[in-house]
Amino acid sequence: MRHHLVLRVVSKMLIPFILLFGLYVQFHGDFGPGGGFQAGVIFAAAFILYALVFGDDQARKVVPDKALILLVPLGLLIYALTGFAGILLGGKFLDYDVLSSDPTHGQHLGILVIELGVGITVTAVMISIFRAYAGRTKAIDKEDW
Amino acid sequence: MTASIDMVLIVDLVLLTLLCLTALAIMLVRHLFAVVALTGAFSLLSAGLLVTLDAVDVAFTEAAVGAGISTVLMLGTLALTKRREARSPKLSPIGLIIIFSTGATLIYATPDMPKFGAVDSPGLVHIVPSYIEGSENDIAVPNIVTAILASYRGYDTLGEVAVIFTAGMGVIILLGRRREDEYGYSEESAAFPLRPETSNDEEGKDKS
Amino acid sequence: MVDALISHYNYWLIIILMMLGLYVVVSRGNLVKKIVGLNIFQTSVFLLYISLGKVSGGTAPILTGKPEAFSNPLPHVLILTAIVVGIATTALGLALVVRIRESYGTIEEDDILISERSQDASDINGSSA
Repeated sequence: MRHHLVLRVVSKMLIPFILLFGLYVQFHGDFGPGGGFQAGVIFAAAFILYALVFGDDQARKVVPDKALILLVPLGLLIYALTGFAGILLGGKFLDYDVLSSDPTHGQHLGILVIELGVGITVTAVMISIFRAYAGRTKAIDKEDW
Repeated sequence: MTASIDMVLIVDLVLLTLLCLTALAIMLVRHLFAVVALTGAFSLLSAGLLVTLDAVDVAFTEAAVGAGISTVLMLGTLALTKRREARSPKLSPIGLIIIFSTGATLIYATPDMPKFGAVDSPGLVHIVPSYIEGSENDIAVPNIVTAILASYRGYDTLGEVAVIFTAGMGVIILLGRRREDEYGYSEESAAFPLRPETSNDEEGKDKS
Repeated sequence: MVDALISHYNYWLIIILMMLGLYVVVSRGNLVKKIVGLNIFQTSVFLLYISLGKVSGGTAPILTGKPEAFSNPLPHVLILTAIVVGIATTALGLALVVRIRESYGTIEEDDILISERSQDASDINGSSA
C-alpha cells in the first residue's frame, strides 16, 4: 500500500493513541467500562491497522510470530496460575481474598492480574487470526483498488 | 420516570427496526463486499442499542469487535474466496416454514416474559442484589460488571478465555501456513509451519 | 392490552431479527452469507439477554456512591464474554470456508454437493471396474 500517503500519515499519528487507549481500558476497567476483553481487541486493532497500512512483513518485525505464539497461552496461564496461587495460599481456586493480607486489596490484585491475562490472550489470538488470513492473501491488484 | 422510559423505549424500538432493515438488506444483497459493509453497520447499530439498554461494557466490546475486527476478517475471507454470490436469492419454502413456525412459537411464549424494563423481573431478585452489594463492600470495585466477570464468575471467564485460545489455535492450524508461491515465501518465514507438503495446485482456478 | 403490546414489542422485534438470521442460514447456499446469518442470529440473542436485564429508570451498573437503580449486570457479563468468543468462533468458521474454497474451488453449497456426488460416483465406478 505504498501509494496511500494520507492513510500512512494519519495511521502513524493514530496508532500510539489507540495503544494508549487500549492500556487505559485495560487498567481502568475496575472503575469505568472496560476490561481485558475490550482492551485486548482494541490493542489488536492497533496492530492490525499497522499491518494493513504498512504491510504484513513490516508488522511481523514489530511483533515476531515466535513472540505471538508464546503470548497466546501466556495469558491463559497467568489466569490459571492466579487460581492455583489462591489454593497454595490456603484459599480456594480463584479465591483472591488470600492473595494479600487485606481481602479487599487481594481482590483488587487478583482482578488486575487475571484481566491482564485475559488481555494478553485476546490480543495475541486476534493478531494471530489476522496473520493467518493475511499470510494467505495475495497482494491485491492495482485495478482492484 | 414514565417520560424517561418512553424515550428509552422509542430509541430502542427505532434502533431495533433499523437493525431488522439492515438484516433484510444483508439477506437481499448479492455482492458480498456490500454484505460485509452492511454487517459493520449492523454491529455499530447494535452497539448503539446496547448503550440505550445500559450495557456500556457490552456496547464497547461490540463496537470494537463487530465494527472493527470482524469486518477485517470478513474482507480477508472475501479476498481469499469470491466477491459475489453465485445464485440470486430465491424464496425457499422450507426456510419460510421453519422461520414462521419457530417465530410464531417464540412470540407465543413472550407473554410469559417479564415486561420490558420491569423492576421485579425474576432475574433481578435472586442473586444480583448480593453481587451489587458485594462489589460495593467486599470487592470495592465500582464497575459491577468487572467485579462479577473477574471475581464472582471467575470460573466462567477462565472457560471463555480457554475457548478463545482454542478457537485461535483452530484458525492457526487451518490457515496458519503461508502459501508457497511467488510472493517471497520461504519455510523460515512461515508463520506456523504445520504441513510438510506443498499446496500451490489451486492457484490457477482463482482468476474467475 | 395496549400496555402488554408496548412492553413486549421489543421482544417481538428481536424475534423477527432472529428469524431473519435463521432464514439466511437455512435458505442461502453461499457459505460466507451463512456465517453472516449466524452472526445476525447471535446478535439477536445478545440483545434478548440484555433487554431482559434492562430496568426502567436504571443506569449502567457502575457504582458512583449515589443510591441508584442499576440494570441487571449479570447478562452484561455473560454477553460481554460471548461477543469475544463469538468473533473467535466466526474466525474459525471463516477459516473453514477458506479451506473449503481451496479444496472444492467454490463456496456455494450446491456446487460442493455436486462435486462430492460426482466424486462418489467415480469412486464407485472405479471400485467396480
